[in-house]
Amino acid sequence: MSISETDRGLHRWSPHLACSSAGDFEMVAAVAARSGEQMQFMLLFSRQGKLRLQKWYVPLSDKEKKKITRELVQTVLARKPKMCSFLEWRDLKIVYKRYASLYFCCAIEDQDNELITLEIIHRYVELLDKYFGSVCELDIIFNFEKAYFILDEFLLGGEAQETSKKNVLKAIEQADLLQEPRHEYFNVPVY
Amino acid sequence: MSPSVPLQEMIRAIRSARTQCEERGVIQRECAAIRAQFRQADNGGRSHNLAKLLYVHMLGYPAHFGQMECVRMIASPRYSEKRVGYLGAMMLLDEKQDASLLITNSIKNDLSNSNQYIQSLALCTLACMGSAEMCRDLAPEIDRLLRASNSYIKKKAALCAVHIVRKVHDLGELFTKAARSLLTEKNHGVVHGAVVLITELCERNSETLERFRKTVPDLVQIMKGLVISGYSPDHDVAGISDPFLQVRILRLLRILGRNNEGASDAMNDLLAQVATNTDSTKTVGNAVLYETVLTVLDIKSESGLRVLAVNILGRFLLNNDRNIRYIAMTSLQKIVGTDHNAVQRHRGTIVDCLKDQDASVKRRALDLSLALVSASNIRSMMKELLSFLSSCPPELRSQTASGIFNAAERYAPSQRWHIDTILHVLTTAGGDVRDETVPNLIQLITNTSELHCYTVHKLYRALLSDISQQPLVQVACWCIGEYGDLLLRGECQETEPVQVTEDDVLDVLETVLQSHMSFPSTRGFALTATMKLSTRITENVDRIRSIVSIYGSCIDVELQQRAVEYNALFKKYDHMSLFCSAAICIWMHLNNVQSAGLSPPLCGVSQVCDLLDLLGGSEQPLQPSPALGSTAPPMPVSTANTVGGDLLDLLGGLEPTPITLLFKRLMHSPWLNTDLKLMQPSTLSVFSVVATVTVYEKDGVTVTLSCEKQSDSGLTVTLTASNSTESDIRGFTLQAAVPKSVQLHMKAPSGDSLPARGAAKVTQMVVLNNPNKVA
Repeated sequence: MSISETDRGLHRWSPHLACSSAGDFEMVAAVAARSGEQMQFMLLFSRQGKLRLQKWYVPLSDKEKKKITRELVQTVLARKPKMCSFLEWRDLKIVYKRYASLYFCCAIEDQDNELITLEIIHRYVELLDKYFGSVCELDIIFNFEKAYFILDEFLLGGEAQETSKKNVLKAIEQADLLQEPRHEYFNVPVY
Repeated sequence: MSPSVPLQEMIRAIRSARTQCEERGVIQRECAAIRAQFRQADNGGRSHNLAKLLYVHMLGYPAHFGQMECVRMIASPRYSEKRVGYLGAMMLLDEKQDASLLITNSIKNDLSNSNQYIQSLALCTLACMGSAEMCRDLAPEIDRLLRASNSYIKKKAALCAVHIVRKVHDLGELFTKAARSLLTEKNHGVVHGAVVLITELCERNSETLERFRKTVPDLVQIMKGLVISGYSPDHDVAGISDPFLQVRILRLLRILGRNNEGASDAMNDLLAQVATNTDSTKTVGNAVLYETVLTVLDIKSESGLRVLAVNILGRFLLNNDRNIRYIAMTSLQKIVGTDHNAVQRHRGTIVDCLKDQDASVKRRALDLSLALVSASNIRSMMKELLSFLSSCPPELRSQTASGIFNAAERYAPSQRWHIDTILHVLTTAGGDVRDETVPNLIQLITNTSELHCYTVHKLYRALLSDISQQPLVQVACWCIGEYGDLLLRGECQETEPVQVTEDDVLDVLETVLQSHMSFPSTRGFALTATMKLSTRITENVDRIRSIVSIYGSCIDVELQQRAVEYNALFKKYDHMSLFCSAAICIWMHLNNVQSAGLSPPLCGVSQVCDLLDLLGGSEQPLQPSPALGSTAPPMPVSTANTVGGDLLDLLGGLEPTPITLLFKRLMHSPWLNTDLKLMQPSTLSVFSVVATVTVYEKDGVTVTLSCEKQSDSGLTVTLTASNSTESDIRGFTLQAAVPKSVQLHMKAPSGDSLPARGAAKVTQMVVLNNPNKVA
């Protein structure tokens, strides 16, 4: 197993990290050769390219995910402000939109409707906004697990599960109430 | 061991690290603490620790040691621990990890939990990372949930089923019935899930598709409900009622209506209604319209509806929003083949999009523009495309150039226009054209004999200004070599003639030869052109000789070989007899043919007639007509030696008459042997066309000769005789004589009488052997 120079730093203390031998492109292509109608992944990243959320709906190794993330982030950040929200990348369609300092980026397949994907992204932002009250990047950084919980209440397996904003928020609220207060790790330090 | 900090403090600490090294230090410390915590007994902070690990993982650091902790947490009775545990499973455990199987049992238990939020966690995780085995294990559970649970769970179960079907296609059967019944529910989420599930089932299995066609009326009903009646505040987005569900239903309708008249009819009205009533001022409305258009164009819709759909796309093209323009072009591209005229109406807007700032839009516009080129709009379209070529992004140049060439070839209104267009492309984007452009262009120029003067003038001018575009330089060199005399003559009807001396022309060629920008193949062209000019100019032959001899010691083997051969020609024939010039012309012509990758038939007939003129033919008037050479003198077979045979091979693909005459002239020449010796076997072996040449035609008797090279020194000649007179000819024999160095073996003829009116032929095989390879 060869570790590239850049990887060495990260994997310094875990030589057992398994790397997939299959080429990333082949994997993505193999995954993409299906019905052609699925969201493959969603990434949130800052203008400096720092990843804030990653949700993968297709099985890929860590190494492949990192490679895809790196390349895609670079590609999207290189786009100029007035450009189209859609781009073709490998054999996927990428739909992205920038909200303040965060880029929301979805990879969809051939048959998917780009415009409705933009609406899905927008709906997710609205949910975050409602939940956190005027959401900003810091909210998502410090409460990343909440961002995931909200996403998982809105999308399931890459598809929208609930089309009513109100219902999604209600469900999150109810789930939050179930959290055992002693183990609430928001504000109470636990030693 | 230092106490672990709360999650948010850790995040703060990491963010405040000023260097990568410092960050790694913080993370290393934290990970050590987390690992220690994992090993300890339950201390109430487990979910918290795992959350920290997940954050570290998101930054890109390895977190595989948390996998077992995820498994343990999922099995915990506490909701907060389960929640983070499942999140961890989705992030750290994909189907490739062995540990993922360990959670199957937990998921199974949680699927039947009384608390719907715990059920929800299990469903979500299964739908996100469930492997094929897990799916097989848990499919019955999912089916159960599809039938008997509340709508909160049903909608999730439906999407979970979608994932299962994607992973294990056969399991689709299991969910078919449940999916059908879900369509009747009121809850939008459930209906949405059901529609997605049915879509997936139909796409996987055509039988299932047939069965679900019956649902078209129900789907139409649901859509009508969304489009017409009721404002549902819960699902409204900018005035559109549940656009997500609408889009999904439209897509399912598309699949069901494809290739099916009945289903397509049933949805016709609805589609028309959606297309006309949907508000298109916001993106969300356009999303629904877009899906509607895709559906209309894919099913067997009425022509009126199709026109409506294409018009919607036309409106999209004029939209201010670049995204809308982009998808409009994508859709138009799909239908440009089938609804060509409809798309043509929007040609103007599409061509305008070529000037858009965005590269993706430009690409789409280019694809569409090329597809819309036709005989009627070729001139205006080409103007646009050529101006696009000069300003387009580099990644599109090659595609644009090939597109222009294809269009020019198909629809060129005149040959001069065609040549002009190709020259324009070569000057603007010469580096991006494909390799076969050069021979194609040479062929085109050759065939437009009336424009030779014009072409050579244009190319000469182009060469003067720029010698960096290799394809252009190659074509220009070839042209100057061929038609240099026209250039030197200083008169041209089509364009302003140049006044050049022979030295000027040779200067240009020499510049190309010496330039570091020229490829070796380009140098080859230039050298050959220089050589060819030696027959067309009178004063500067010495200069040519010196140029050629310099390249006799060139590093490039190809160039060196050519130079040496040309040199040899020069040495032998100071007086430069006409015959030599003819032979050289043929040879160089063929040589260029090889280097340009052309096959023999492309040498124009007119070319050869010129060569025959050079040979000073006063014997017979030349008629470049395809009629067999009835004016030819009888041909003695005796001079058919191996080298001549090779020449036949070479010239065999050409029209018989002028070549036959040429061949005969050459055969008669005393210089034949020594000159043709210079034809390298390598050059000759490229062509192995078996030629049939008419060698005798008099009084109704026709004798044809065809050669086949057997080996380096052996040749088989087949003589075929036929008789077109009214009476039979008896006692017909052929005799052959060859030089002493060639061995002749005549096989028995097939007969000795030629029946009348070409009823049958007499053939005779002659084997020639030239063991000493004497020329």
